[in-house]
Amino acid sequence: MSSPEVLPDSEAKRWKYLNNVRTRPGAFVDPEEFDGSTVVENMDKIKIFGAGGLGCEILKNLALSGFKDISVIDMDTIDISNLNRQFLFRHADVGKFKAEVAAKFVERRVKGVKITPYNCKIQDFDEDFYQQFQIVVCGLDSIEARRWINATLVNMANCENPDSMKPLIDGGTEGFKGQARVILPTMGSCIECQLDMHAPRAAVPLCTLASIPRQPEHCIEWAHVIAWDKEKPFPQLDKDDPEHITWLYQKALERAKEFNISGVTYSLTQGVVKNIIPAIAATNSVIAAACCNEALKIASSCAPFLGTPGEGEPNYMMYSGNDSIYTYTFKHEQKEDCPVCGMTARVLKVNPTWTLEELIESFATLPEAQLKKPSVRAEGKTLYMQLPPNLEEQTRPNLEKTLEQLGLTEGTELAVTDPAFVGVVFNFSLKFA
Amino acid sequence: MTEIVMDQTPPILQGPSDKERKYDRQLRLWAASGQAALESANILLVNSGAGTVGVETLKNLILPGIGRFVIHDNALVDEADLGVNFFLDDTCYGKPRAQCLASLLGELNPEVDGDWSPKTKNDSLGSLLKQSPLFTAIMYTYPINHVELETLEQYSKEHKTPLIAIHSTGFYSYFTFRLPGTFPIVDTHPDETATTDLRLLSPWPELVEFANTMTKDIDSLDNFEHGHLPYVVILLHYLNKWKATHNGTYPSTYKEKMEFRQLVRDAARTDNPEGGEENFDEAAAAVLKTVAPFSLPSGLKEVFEYEHKDPIQERSTFWIIADAVKAFYTKHGSLPLPGNVPDMKAQSKVYVQLQNIYKAKARKDAAEVLQTAQAIAGTGREMDPAEVDLFCKNAAFVKLINVEGGGDTAPLGNKERLQQVLRQEMANDQVAEMTLQPMSLFPIYLALRGLAHCGNASSDKTQIVEAVQSLLSDNLSSEEYGDLNEKLGNVAEDLARAEYGELHNISALTGGMVAQEMIKIITKQYIPIDNTCVFDGIRSRTQVFHV
Repeated sequence: MSSPEVLPDSEAKRWKYLNNVRTRPGAFVDPEEFDGSTVVENMDKIKIFGAGGLGCEILKNLALSGFKDISVIDMDTIDISNLNRQFLFRHADVGKFKAEVAAKFVERRVKGVKITPYNCKIQDFDEDFYQQFQIVVCGLDSIEARRWINATLVNMANCENPDSMKPLIDGGTEGFKGQARVILPTMGSCIECQLDMHAPRAAVPLCTLASIPRQPEHCIEWAHVIAWDKEKPFPQLDKDDPEHITWLYQKALERAKEFNISGVTYSLTQGVVKNIIPAIAATNSVIAAACCNEALKIASSCAPFLGTPGEGEPNYMMYSGNDSIYTYTFKHEQKEDCPVCGMTARVLKVNPTWTLEELIESFATLPEAQLKKPSVRAEGKTLYMQLPPNLEEQTRPNLEKTLEQLGLTEGTELAVTDPAFVGVVFNFSLKFA
Repeated sequence: MTEIVMDQTPPILQGPSDKERKYDRQLRLWAASGQAALESANILLVNSGAGTVGVETLKNLILPGIGRFVIHDNALVDEADLGVNFFLDDTCYGKPRAQCLASLLGELNPEVDGDWSPKTKNDSLGSLLKQSPLFTAIMYTYPINHVELETLEQYSKEHKTPLIAIHSTGFYSYFTFRLPGTFPIVDTHPDETATTDLRLLSPWPELVEFANTMTKDIDSLDNFEHGHLPYVVILLHYLNKWKATHNGTYPSTYKEKMEFRQLVRDAARTDNPEGGEENFDEAAAAVLKTVAPFSLPSGLKEVFEYEHKDPIQERSTFWIIADAVKAFYTKHGSLPLPGNVPDMKAQSKVYVQLQNIYKAKARKDAAEVLQTAQAIAGTGREMDPAEVDLFCKNAAFVKLINVEGGGDTAPLGNKERLQQVLRQEMANDQVAEMTLQPMSLFPIYLALRGLAHCGNASSDKTQIVEAVQSLLSDNLSSEEYGDLNEKLGNVAEDLARAEYGELHNISALTGGMVAQEMIKIITKQYIPIDNTCVFDGIRSRTQVFHV
């Protein structure tokens, strides 16, 4: 429900500090190119959406930056471990939907701002939905989700229609470190171009887990992956269920005892199984504010913003706070062969004696692909489709054939799709090793 | 089926408490010891002006669970507060801002005690300081009035309280930590990869024997055994071989290390399905890092060479342990062994044995340091073995912040010091311009200081620039001023449009950084800045200065 209308006079008084800055050009914007009189009106109309674990900070910041029409998308419910930093939530809110609770709280606190919550995944919406927004601010906690929204926005961007170009502002944190970046779809480096900034963590080899564990983490992973599968104590592993974690903890402890390994604790068990990343309010504040600062500058044009197109113009800020304070603000260059925003196909080094199955499996671990369920076509011909089931059955025999046998040669272009990225085609050009 | 499972699953008795679950994500950064330090902290905020940056800092301290906070703020809530400060709402109009802030901030964490001041006309900052339990740290924001600032400085001097100044206006901010003396940090949490101290060039008898036993018939080991030799053992074996053919010396030049690395690579067996051996790959990869002579790290050197003003009885336990470690180093030519061994391909039993050899030596070294420390401390003072252990584990990464005195460095905060830093920054800028590096943010710091000097919202560009000139005094040449004025002019112009007001995002960002630094000081973990951080919200950059 919207809050009572605030009188225009008190609006001016209320937003005095913000308006002093956003309606004036300052020293770094050409006063001839800047019209301060339309900023407030324009920003009142902007639809902006935020999502993810930095959501509380982002909502607070956007509301106090003069945005009036904010949407928030989050599928999560509130957990007790969120309360040390997700400050819009209280003990009594545990179990409720984050988007709803956050939206209600900020609407009540900052009058005149409308916040529309959606309790679902960002992937549950399509291009038509995202078309309504002018700016997107994300503080998501997975690379997949980031790649998805990036691909969606890049696909939508059509340089003949300026409204279809929506700046994506992305922030992420880990302990005392974080990054904030601005992506102007098709006009510069995108999330996919920047995939090499997030190398996937090397998995512990199976033989280490199975026969030569040395670290407490090995014992935990063994319990998680091997013992659980074998003994199936519960039908489905629920990583948030303390009973399930306790089972894994005890199993890991037994194994550790067997090999004389110390260090298995409940906390470590949880950490390994859930891949827990340490998080504190302070770092989240820094990164979310850096993102929203850019949103304000983009929306008002009252100062240069990160991601301004142009030679040498930075679009990426890295932040590190564990050893003094360091930021590194630089320009990440767009990649010509980016599967999402690039024009040319990406070179893929392969061995012609590989089977199609081996090629398909390699897509998962390849840093510049990271595709878990790829379907492959080559120059018009379908090689293997994961879905639908009848097509999968039809193309399954191809898995055993070698690339050579399938008629693939040096320079053949592959078109790869993956259900995690609907509408995106990853183009690769084969190079035989 | 469910019944059987219930019997097998032990009760969640040793599961975490509610508090541990709430703080789980932060306990993984500073552990129970850091949390205990936070929960004993009593923080004062002296608030003023648009009043937001200090409040955003407090939010980030209350959420992780400091013990207590107090807000001293003379303002009454007005309309402009509601457009910048999240912790006020429209039921607060006309009320004491301190009271409303304390209330809405207090909601963030029921375990934290909060209070506010002034409650009556007779209450002053001075009376608050007299009545309140000792403050762990005090932060204040600009535009603080100079009487209150003097009161704080007096208190800080008397009680050795860290004082934090914060200034956020428009797109710019800075904050400065004034610590009461040299501040040592033991638990710096260095990067995992940096902490490996394997002592391959000075192995002790137990390690030597272990390695020799494993490799004496290395060529006749079966493929499994050979392929599971821990890389530490591999390197020790081949270092011995090298010594034997190089007059008893270890590889020292880069060329020699490359040669040695190739020697190790060539020793891997290739007649197997993988075409190589993972443990030998690990060994080769470790050569450059581990085949390196010991050199005393600069942080520890500074500790060893520190000139004390207080006699031993008045020094903290840190210094007593440092002296003991120094004695150890003087006697043995090496530091106490930290004792951690990185993961490596090996049989579990063998790895654990190797680990135990390192742990045993580490324990032995720590015991020696403890004994020495106890002797230095005398009979009146009991040394804590856990504290000695922590120091020994982290000795190579110990750091001193805010070292007092020190050569020709002018006292912090005064004109000479400002000029010194300015000259250095201008010189850096000349190089930066040629190498396309970013420019110094020092003009931002000066402009904010200048603005505070002017003291009011109508300060324009010219007034700010003039205020900076008076801060720096007349010792700068007109050429130096010319250089500065252009950069300063732009910042001052951009600052002036804000009319001393805060932008929420800049204050939220700054509040995040200040809180992070305060947590480091309170928990004595991780490395704090020394001592001023400036944020440029136009270019999204920070820079740290020692002013």
